[in-house]
Amino acid sequence: MGSPHGHKLHFHGHSPIHRAPAHLKLLALVGFVLVVVATPKDWFAAYAAYLAVIVGVVAISKVPPTYILKRMVVELPFVVFALLLPFVAQGPRTEVLGLSLSESGLLAAWGLLAKGTLGVLASLTLAATTEPQELLVGLERLHLPHLLVQIMGFMVRYLDVVTSEMQRMKVARESRGFTARNPRHWPVLARSAGALFIRSYERGERVHLAMLSRGYTGRMPRR
Amino acid sequence: MTPVLDVRGLAFAYPDGHQALFGVDLHVHRGERVALLGPNGAGKTTLVLHLNGILAAGAGTVAVSGLPVTKDNIPEIRRRVGIVFQDPDDQLFMGTVRQDVAFGPANLGLKGDELEACVQRALEQVGMAEYADRPPHHLSFGQRRRVAVATVLAMEPEILVLDEPSSNLDPASRRELVDILRTLDVTVLMVTHDLPYALELCPRSVVLSDGNVVADGSTYDVLTDDTLMRAHRLELPFGFDPRTVGPAPAVG
Repeated sequence: MGSPHGHKLHFHGHSPIHRAPAHLKLLALVGFVLVVVATPKDWFAAYAAYLAVIVGVVAISKVPPTYILKRMVVELPFVVFALLLPFVAQGPRTEVLGLSLSESGLLAAWGLLAKGTLGVLASLTLAATTEPQELLVGLERLHLPHLLVQIMGFMVRYLDVVTSEMQRMKVARESRGFTARNPRHWPVLARSAGALFIRSYERGERVHLAMLSRGYTGRMPRR
Repeated sequence: MTPVLDVRGLAFAYPDGHQALFGVDLHVHRGERVALLGPNGAGKTTLVLHLNGILAAGAGTVAVSGLPVTKDNIPEIRRRVGIVFQDPDDQLFMGTVRQDVAFGPANLGLKGDELEACVQRALEQVGMAEYADRPPHHLSFGQRRRVAVATVLAMEPEILVLDEPSSNLDPASRRELVDILRTLDVTVLMVTHDLPYALELCPRSVVLSDGNVVADGSTYDVLTDDTLMRAHRLELPFGFDPRTVGPAPAVG
């Protein structure tokens, strides 16, 4: 199960970016995203500068650009929405390639795309250069409430367990000749999801039992 | 001498009315390794959950080294009784092996260097010290099982309770676990369906069936008592004959 190093988003390396303390990287990411979001849509030069910053950071980190680009697919739903904007927005219209498009819609689409892309790029760069564990330590150092950090820790820990369980259920379904092709198959998928939920819930109870057995009293030990 | 584990007349029924234990008596003395055998649904897990006070006895008593399992004693009882659960993924829930092993002793109030030394010792006992900084989900199943044992050893229990320790292990991992358990200077109660494993590790066996103790004796005698075995749905794996293997060597 899993590779010896890191998470699916993590790219193992030893660059200065990899070594930088996680809480500084987190602060840098949040600061960067806030600045990007606050920049007016028509300051095109500023956006070029932001992109240059990210490209620079990725270059220093020695993470292959294709590695990050491939993982940009998460942005796709936003891209679709941004592409629709020029068609549906109101206001003065302009001709592009024989299509009548809304000017304000075009600008809004540009803004959404540019800001979204920069944000996703920056986040992926953080994820590629920081182990999930370090991120949790970073969040703790930034004084995020202990409970929230713990919940995230459990999520990181059990994500792989639950996905592999889901994968096994899928294999078992397909081994019995089932593949979800059309909406008539959805009830089966829904039942699988339900079973997965109950299994995870029961695992949660077993984990709690194991914690109680080692003296857990409702507070994580501080160190 | 006070037994490490002293269960007297333990009875328990689940809230839905299903009675799982009917007056169980069980004594385990210091340094013993005892196998708890029985078919599915015999009440083995229910019994185990009474040993550290997760379930409260309906009738009867449980005492660990003379300390009765009552609400007030729960923290000390949970230190004395270390349970290793069947699925290591249930037991290992922290980000790294080190944090996981530290969880128990930290709950007992250990801090700093003392805690660090305790974690290191427990990991060395199971041969996993070099994996201290790895996330548990990147270890093999056998390695995770060993770390699960370490999480409990770190609390320096008086009795180690193992729930199906050999399940899902490949033969090499089984062998490694036997070697590790043999080197530990701790009393062991091992719940298992794996009869050859019981013969290998535990000189003494207790058979639980339908919530009653139906046999308590040397593992060799239990496994070679065909009438008893048949009566309680216990079967040796194909090709395994305890008579050709002989009784397990004495502890020590």
